[in-house]
Order: sequence, then C-alpha cells, then structure tokens
Amino acid sequence: MKPIYFDNNATTKVDPEVFEEMTPYFVELYGNPSSMHSFGGQVAEKIKEARKRIADLINATPEEIIITSCGSESDNTAIYSALKSHPDKKHIVTSMVEHPAIKNLFQHLEKDGYTTTFVPVDNKGRLNMDVFYDSLSDNTAIVSLMWANNETGTMFPIDEIGAELKKRGITFHTDAVQALGKIDIDVTKTNIDMMSFSGHKIHAPKGVGGLYVRKGTKFSPFLIGGHQEGGKRAGTENLASIIGLGKACEIAKGHLDDGYHKLRSLRDRLENALVEKIPNSFVNGDLENRLPNTASISFEYIEGESILLMLNEYGICASSGSACTSGSLEPSHVLRAMGIPFTAAHGTIRFSLSVFSTDEEVDLVIEKMPEIIQRLRDMSPFWQEAINEGKVTV
Amino acid sequence: MWEYTEKVKEHFLNPKNVGTIEDANGVGEVGSLSCGDALTLTINVENDIIKDAKFKTFGCASAIASSSALTEMIIGKHLDEVKDITNDDISDFLGGLPKEKMHCSVMGRDALERAIANFRGEEIIKKEGTVICECFGVTDLEINRAVTENGLTSIEEVTSYVKAGGGCANCHDDIQKIIDSVVGGGIQIIEKKQERMTTIKKLKLIEETLEREIRPQLAKDGGDIELIDIDGNTVFVKLCGSCATCQKSQMTLKNYVEAKLREFVTHELSVEEA
Repeated sequence: MKPIYFDNNATTKVDPEVFEEMTPYFVELYGNPSSMHSFGGQVAEKIKEARKRIADLINATPEEIIITSCGSESDNTAIYSALKSHPDKKHIVTSMVEHPAIKNLFQHLEKDGYTTTFVPVDNKGRLNMDVFYDSLSDNTAIVSLMWANNETGTMFPIDEIGAELKKRGITFHTDAVQALGKIDIDVTKTNIDMMSFSGHKIHAPKGVGGLYVRKGTKFSPFLIGGHQEGGKRAGTENLASIIGLGKACEIAKGHLDDGYHKLRSLRDRLENALVEKIPNSFVNGDLENRLPNTASISFEYIEGESILLMLNEYGICASSGSACTSGSLEPSHVLRAMGIPFTAAHGTIRFSLSVFSTDEEVDLVIEKMPEIIQRLRDMSPFWQEAINEGKVTV
Repeated sequence: MWEYTEKVKEHFLNPKNVGTIEDANGVGEVGSLSCGDALTLTINVENDIIKDAKFKTFGCASAIASSSALTEMIIGKHLDEVKDITNDDISDFLGGLPKEKMHCSVMGRDALERAIANFRGEEIIKKEGTVICECFGVTDLEINRAVTENGLTSIEEVTSYVKAGGGCANCHDDIQKIIDSVVGGGIQIIEKKQERMTTIKKLKLIEETLEREIRPQLAKDGGDIELIDIDGNTVFVKLCGSCATCQKSQMTLKNYVEAKLREFVTHELSVEEA
C-alpha cells in the first residue's frame, strides 16, 4: 500500500530532483572544501552555489546564511548569541505556542535565572499584542516568535512585530521552520535579525538547517572549533545535504506562486468536505492568516490516537494534538493555550499537505474519514450523552 | 508510534461487546473527557454469573482494546472468579501494553470493581484518601495501591499506571514519598502533605499574583486592578485607572489577568468584572 502522506509538517520526502543533485557527493566527490587540493576545492564551489540558492529564497545575501545541522541548532544558536551579545539584559520573550525547540529552551533559561514572558494567544491562535508589547522593556535581550505554527499553521504578524522591535532596538528572532518555502519571505522587507529554518520540512534531507543572521547583527558562535561558515559555526560541512538544501530552496522558490495556490485549494477542499460531512467538527487556527498546507480539525467526543490508527489502516498518515500520541497525558500545549475545550482537544487531527499531494489522495481521506469518526463515536460514552443533550449539530 | 501487540490491534480494530446493556444491573463508570479517557461498563448478572457485559470507551487504541478484553474476560464467569482481576491480568490477556499505557488497563479494572459494587448495591467506591495529583485527581490510596500491586519504583511508572504526576509535576515529591514508604516495607499511607487549595490559600495566592505579576504590568499603562470578591472559582475584579476606560479592558481581563491567575493559582479560575 502506497502511503498517503499528509504529515508534511512533521517531515517531508526528499524531492527526487534534490536527491539526484546530492548523489555524486557521497562516493565520488567526497572532498573536504577546506583542503588545499582541487579535489576538495571543487566542492567548495558547490557549497557556494547552495548558499546562494538558500539566500535567494529569502532575498538575503549568501554571507547572511549560516548552515547548521537542524532547526533546533539554529534556534539555540540564535538565542544564546543574543544573550551573549546583551550580557546585561535578563528578560526574554516568546509565545505560549512555540515548538519545543524554543519552548523548552526558554524554560531551561528560566532555570538559569532569566525572566521569561510566554505571551498568550486567543482561541484562533493569534498573538495577544497588548500583552506582548506590554512585556517589553530595556531589560529585554531577545524576542523569539515563530512565523507559522506547526500545529495549526497560524501565522504571527512578523512584519508588524519586526517594525515595532526595530523601533525599540530589541533583537528579534523568528523560527520560520514551517513558513520557509510555503510563503514568500523577503528579509529586506521585514525587520528580522535572525531566522531559523530546516531542510527536511522543504523536501531536503534531515540533518541540515540554517540560520539567517542579518548583516550587522552581533553574533557569537554556538559551536566552537574550525573556521567553517565564516567562523560562525564550526564543523566539517555536511556536503551532500547542504547541496540538497540549496536545490530544495531553488525548487521551493519556483513553487511560491502557482504551486501554493494549488496546495491551498487542495487543503481547503479537504477541510470543507470533512467539516461538512462530519457533525461536531471544526477547523482550528486563524483561517484568514495561515499556511496553505495545514489543516487542524477537531472531532468532538473522540480521541486522536484512535483516529490516527484507523487512518493508518488505509495507509493515511496524519498527526494529532492528543495526549495519547505523544506519551504525555495532556493535549498539546498549543491547543491548550488556544483554550480548545477538552471535548475537542483530544480529538484534534492535523493534516499537512505538500506539493506532492494529489486530488485522489484528498478524495480518499474525504471518503474514509466520516466512517472512522462514526465508528469511534459509536464506541464513545460521550457521543450518546451529547445526542441526549441535543449537542449534536447535524 | 506505539508498539502494540497483534492482540491489542485486533481488539482495537474489531472490538467485542461494544454498546450499553439497557437493563443492566451493574454499571461502572470511570475517567472523564478532560482526562483523555473514560469507560462505561454495563453488566448483567444472574445468580452471581455475569451473563453479559458491554462497554463504551472514549480513549486511545489501548483503552478501547483493554475495555474489549475486559468484557471477554468476564462474560460467563462467576463474580467470585472476576472480583480479583488485576490490571496486569488485562494487560497479559492482550499480550502486554506499552508501559506508558498501563493506565488503560487500570481503568478497566476500576470499572469492573465499580460495576460489581453497583450490582451488589454497595455504595460506588468513592475516592477516599487525600488528593495528591490535582491535575488528574489521583489520591494517595490509589497511588499506594498501584505501587504495591505492580511493584512500581519510579514516579514515571506511577504516571504510566495511574496518571498521577503527568500534569504540572508539583506532586512529584509526594509521589516519591509514597514509593519510598512502600518500598521501605511500610504499607502505611503517608501523612497528608499535599497542600490542598483552601479558600484562604487561594485568596492569598490571588493577592500575591495580582501584586507581583499583574499590577506592575497594568501600571505601565497607567492602569490598576482591585480585587472585589471571590466566589468559588470566580474572581471578581475592578479595573481602575486608564484600564477602566480602555476599549481593550475585556481582552486584558480574559487574556491577561485570567491567564496569569490560572498560571499561578489554579487552572479552574475565571475572572469577571465586578
């Protein structure tokens, strides 16, 4: 059974074109770009080309791109660099719905004595701007806010925030791991000081990511050692993966117009059909302002892991904000921060599509989902209760 | 992905005895929507033999499989035969459960106990003892029982079996004490250590949070807040200064004041304007 892969916010397949571009750099052209011989030197040219492709996707200069091993490394690099650059400032700001890479890092820093503000969101996942602006002070070392949320796709107003933080002279980092390649990002138009991204979310391989650091931003390296990445990140270059990331960025740039219109309409069709066919279901997030590929849908009175395992029987891959899937006992911190009621939070499913998703795949999910939901509701004591209490919307 | 046995998958995908016995003479209900799993077991007993059993379950695959397994294990059996069924028996019937999912088998055992008590006309077993884990409402007696019966030695294991400690983690010290007391040979219940949220304590915490967290923020915009009254979990406040006339005062109240109070006092609070 060929899987229907609707879990692209978790990871993506390597684009065959990307893979092809990478292939020579394992067995044949495996040199070290730092070497003096031309066998090594020739791959340095390819890294230069990759860096240019990455920079082009966000309209940065190649010198502003630091290649890392993953999004989490980029996040850690950015935050620790900002703290080192402002040793006198002890306050850091983020939101309540960040990816664990930022959330847990901030909680860790809290234990180290930093004062943290986790800005709340409303029921659509929109940042509470009043609380956010109120929290800022001369003591604020860095603000880190994700561009787009991995669970709901909701986007924060990064343009507006960047402009305001520039005025106040506060360093601004954004985790754009989910946003890169899915929306048009132009760092010359948005006041971002640092921006993290990751290869495996955009059809490059796992194990490569990057950090954009605006020219002129104070920077301290996270990994100390060799002089790679212009002295900003030690470690021998992950040659093939960097070339892959470059290619993936080039392809993503080509998709930004047409590809994502198609993706959005595919996602919308899936979402609309499911909510229409299935009672007591609704879409989460800021519908006006979110990624084109993500659908977070809550199905009341049932539990997400059961839904996923039944979808799995049809080869359909999705993910859930439910407690049971993660091994934790509470639903995702994102859904809780949004105040999604428990009746629905446990039964929330995320479908995340990619440019490889097809109409036929969407059709199959639309066909199978209603019967799966009904089967589980027939088993749930709360469904009968909801019917009795007239809470079922037909 | 969880490593479920074939038997778990079979009982999840094709569960036995789903439904409700309309004229049941024993009913056992455990769990809740907020906890993420719940089971309603209905049984029909004649001459102390369980003639029929049905279940309805809200929960993950292992919760549904445990419920289905339980009904298979008890139908046709004498009450004396089933009264000592343990969560391990249910897990064994399914060829084992991942350790993080053991609480699903505990839920099955609890539902059976309650259904039998209900049939016998006994008071449905009330949760006695002191609540140790506020997040999931788990008492010292329940933790003690899980530790004793299953030979648990770590907080993590206790969380896997009865969920205690799986939320805010504030009760981890108390759970450790229970484990130590059982491992140390004493089956005695520890003294009540968990501070319960009494009204006085709640009031104090609310005042402290207002003073330390909320007032300084509001003051930045020339605003202030006054505590008017507390009724159960509803906190009545009055916004003063520039906040009183601010168009966004409702937002401040719900998104900020309420959020902060919930964070520092208890998740159950709601804030209203007096």
